[in-house]
Amino acid sequence: MSPPSPPVLAVERLAKSFGTLKAVDDVSFQVSAGEIVGLLGPNGAGKTTTINMILGVLEPTAGRIAIQGVDLRADRSAALSCTNFAAVYAPLPGNLTVEQNLRVFGMIYAVENLTKRIEEVMAIYDLSHFRRTKAGVLSSGEQTRLGLAKAMLNRPRLLLLDEPTASIDPSAARDIRAGIAEVVESGRCGVLWTSHNMVEVEAVCDRVLFLSHGRIVLEGDPKTLPQLHGAETLDDLFVSVAHETLDEGRRR
Amino acid sequence: MNRSRIAAIVLRILYLYRGSPQRVFPIFIWVAVDVLLWGFLTRYLNSVARAEVNFVPALLGAVLLWDFLTRVMQGVTMAFFEDVWTRNFLNVFATPLRTSEYLTGLVLTGVGTSLLSLIAMVAFARLAFGLSFLTYGVALAPFLSVLFLTGIAFGVAAAALVLRLGPASEWLVWPIPMIVSPFAGVFYPVTILPGWMQAVAALLPPSYVFEGMRAVVAGEPAPWDRLVLGGGLAIIYLVLACLFFMSVYRTAIRTGLIARYSAETLS
Repeated sequence: MSPPSPPVLAVERLAKSFGTLKAVDDVSFQVSAGEIVGLLGPNGAGKTTTINMILGVLEPTAGRIAIQGVDLRADRSAALSCTNFAAVYAPLPGNLTVEQNLRVFGMIYAVENLTKRIEEVMAIYDLSHFRRTKAGVLSSGEQTRLGLAKAMLNRPRLLLLDEPTASIDPSAARDIRAGIAEVVESGRCGVLWTSHNMVEVEAVCDRVLFLSHGRIVLEGDPKTLPQLHGAETLDDLFVSVAHETLDEGRRR
Repeated sequence: MNRSRIAAIVLRILYLYRGSPQRVFPIFIWVAVDVLLWGFLTRYLNSVARAEVNFVPALLGAVLLWDFLTRVMQGVTMAFFEDVWTRNFLNVFATPLRTSEYLTGLVLTGVGTSLLSLIAMVAFARLAFGLSFLTYGVALAPFLSVLFLTGIAFGVAAAALVLRLGPASEWLVWPIPMIVSPFAGVFYPVTILPGWMQAVAALLPPSYVFEGMRAVVAGEPAPWDRLVLGGGLAIIYLVLACLFFMSVYRTAIRTGLIARYSAETLS
């Protein structure tokens, strides 16, 4: 019997402080291949800080991150080569065309058969007819699709998506969710997904983690978690957690 | 180091230059302006000065060599600024790319753009004013090497400065060659400087190049020992500049600056 494969992401006792502010405080979780985990919480809860630490652009104060079994601190380059991300706040350079952006980032990720792969992701995200269009003149929805195409270039084992369907119309958002779900169902990739769209989270995520003040305060199946905590919907649960966060913030 | 990742950094700049005449134009225009301005000045000085003095290789040559250093520095910093201006740090650094690979990509970009400038200045100075860089003989190779290494060191240090202080500090970077030039003795022997300026000049690799250039133009042998000293200093500065960049980068990773880097947040 072969040994069990490591989770695509293992976060252990992660912490990040900025002066006296604990932005992330003793957070531990895992993401397995074939799983979509939602990272939820109100603004300032520590979601983006957590994602930035997993992406290696922010050094944790304490804790350990392993991607596909590779310790991020020990071998950042190897760990990040099987990772990718898309975030609305990180658009690709607007002065390069769609194809040029994909080629440059494909080379950074050392993607094999890059030309073929670029054609594939452009077809998947309906970008083929924009191949010679500068990214800066694309609509926000098209730029989001380009970011997702870049995120899929290296067939990542861990995909980090920060509000991936923000600024996309509902029809395109549904297609994109279906596309990501299909990749995940192949069992190769695990996804950490942040969103403020609770309907989307409920539809897509296998598991959610609620962050508040840098700590995980709730964890579970988004379909059953609201009932377990006396809320009708995930949206209500989110509001309730956010209000508790605000109240706690005021008490502090 | 991974060649594909280094090539990606170079390719990004190549794409920008290929699709943007505005970026290519300055590579040649400043060289052309300097050649014209200083070419006519030296021609005038030749006409009023003693016949045995030829100002073309001494002054025009000095200006062009200094221009070469400036182009090398700007080649590195401009490539870096493209990432500043497009707020691309998160995309670039949240990847397997190593800092050393990123820096190597910037340096190779600087090599490419400065070589274009060098070819343009040599051709233009030759055609317009009869200046042949062969006048400097075999010493030309160490002259260019020392200036090249110094330009790279300045460029990497300038990039680190902007990374540390924010996009608005770009305006601190552009005058660096102008600030250094009085100490480097580009147009005059270092010996005419006051003592404290001579002490600064002794720490600047280009001062050895320009002293050497004047010696060669005066028909004396090239001061190889001084050029070796200048080359050694340039290598030390290059290593220090890279260490400075790495240190600033590590600080930026610790504080979260890389993820937050934008004109609005830092200027």
